[in-house]
Amino acid sequence: MIRLQLPAHLRNLAGVNGEVSLRVDGAVSIDSVLDALEAQYPMLCGTIRDHVTHKRRPFVRFFACAEDWSHQPTDTPLPAAIVTGAEPLLIVGAIAGGK
Amino acid sequence: MSKVRVLVGTKKGAFVLNADGKRDKWEVNGPFFGGWEMYHVKGSPVDPNRLYASQSTSWFGQLIQRSNDGGKTWEPVENKFVYDGVPGTHQWYDGTPHPWEFKRVWHLEPSLTDAETVYAGVEDAALFRSTDGAKSWHEMSGLRKHGTGPHWTPGAGGMCLHTIILDPKDPKRMFIAISAAGAFRTDDGGETWKAINQGLVSEHIPDPKAEVGHCVHHVAMHGAKPDRLYMQKHWDVMRSDNAGDSWQEVSGNLPTDFGFVIDVHAHEPDTIYVVPIKSDSEHYPPDAKLRVYRSRSAGNEWEALGNGLPQSNCYVNVLRDAMSVDSLDKCGIYFGTTGGQVYMSPDAGDNWSPIVRDLPSVLSVEVQTLA
Repeated sequence: MIRLQLPAHLRNLAGVNGEVSLRVDGAVSIDSVLDALEAQYPMLCGTIRDHVTHKRRPFVRFFACAEDWSHQPTDTPLPAAIVTGAEPLLIVGAIAGGK
Repeated sequence: MSKVRVLVGTKKGAFVLNADGKRDKWEVNGPFFGGWEMYHVKGSPVDPNRLYASQSTSWFGQLIQRSNDGGKTWEPVENKFVYDGVPGTHQWYDGTPHPWEFKRVWHLEPSLTDAETVYAGVEDAALFRSTDGAKSWHEMSGLRKHGTGPHWTPGAGGMCLHTIILDPKDPKRMFIAISAAGAFRTDDGGETWKAINQGLVSEHIPDPKAEVGHCVHHVAMHGAKPDRLYMQKHWDVMRSDNAGDSWQEVSGNLPTDFGFVIDVHAHEPDTIYVVPIKSDSEHYPPDAKLRVYRSRSAGNEWEALGNGLPQSNCYVNVLRDAMSVDSLDKCGIYFGTTGGQVYMSPDAGDNWSPIVRDLPSVLSVEVQTLA
């Protein structure tokens, strides 16, 4: 199972505590993880990426294994530690987003 | 005894304020959706316990929330707003074409006759409608495509459709307003629209009397006289007696005719309220005195109402959707400030007191009068 950490506002919206566990079939990438997340928690659609273009929202970041994956193509395979569940994928609200 | 429920949207959450018909003791509930900008919260006239709320942040975008129990509990509903067809372009600040991009919902207007139908005014300016309780949204694209759309430009706050008025006597007639395009009317349920800006004069645009390009801040109407509209423009308070076909200035003796809000007494269609603001750069009251101005003659002659409001060192603003009225026998007037105060007057503006003083900056105030 893929482990996913959401920012607090999105945990509240989805009604979850702590990490989310997701089953992802096939290649594990940002795209496939978000597909699985939105299928399980449809209220999160549009909050991380655009409904139609699937472009990442500007003030959302993706971190994996202590690296910023925000600017990687979203179909890039994620590291093995994410695929095995040894490490969580982090979805982070950027510091720049607040006002 | 009647009750009053005040729905307050702020920059960091929503609040629901409740009182009985005396309006002297208030219960403050919230924050709901703490940390989120709540641009607007409004209840259905058909089912007052059905509320719709616009929730957004720059991080996570737009959400729409719905309550079926008067704001005690909420559920997220559809937040997908997709422009009809190829969105096209409007004019950007530098005069170049700029693609239409959805940013947020500024205003939600529930139908007067069906609790499942609600309209949404969005930025970049467009009108959406849901007929299934906000489970899906569809653009009423006749507005954006009626001809002047490519010439619309954003105001300082963005190109937002912020005002939606439904005509209680003609279900096919609707008015909307956009910053900085102007006011528009449909007489056929949204299929076709016309710009209704004749008589507006805006010195900040190349042609001050242009068909579109006017920075309309808010428009109000009394249901008993739906052909009469009142407008707070960027500068100038205006009135139309023919459903917007033409406008005349009614700023009269106001100390400044810049401002954002305008509203109408619940029982007196000729009695209107504004909150004059010093200027378009100095967004605070003149002389640092917070005063509501009331006209009992549909404009031109205004009286200052400040009893109970701060009359020194006051530098707050009152935003366009942050004033509302109740419909009790003695009409109550309510408004919220960027300083987080929500004030109310139980006697049509003669006397004021704060309901709460220290909320986050207030974006919107709507009042429900409950049986």
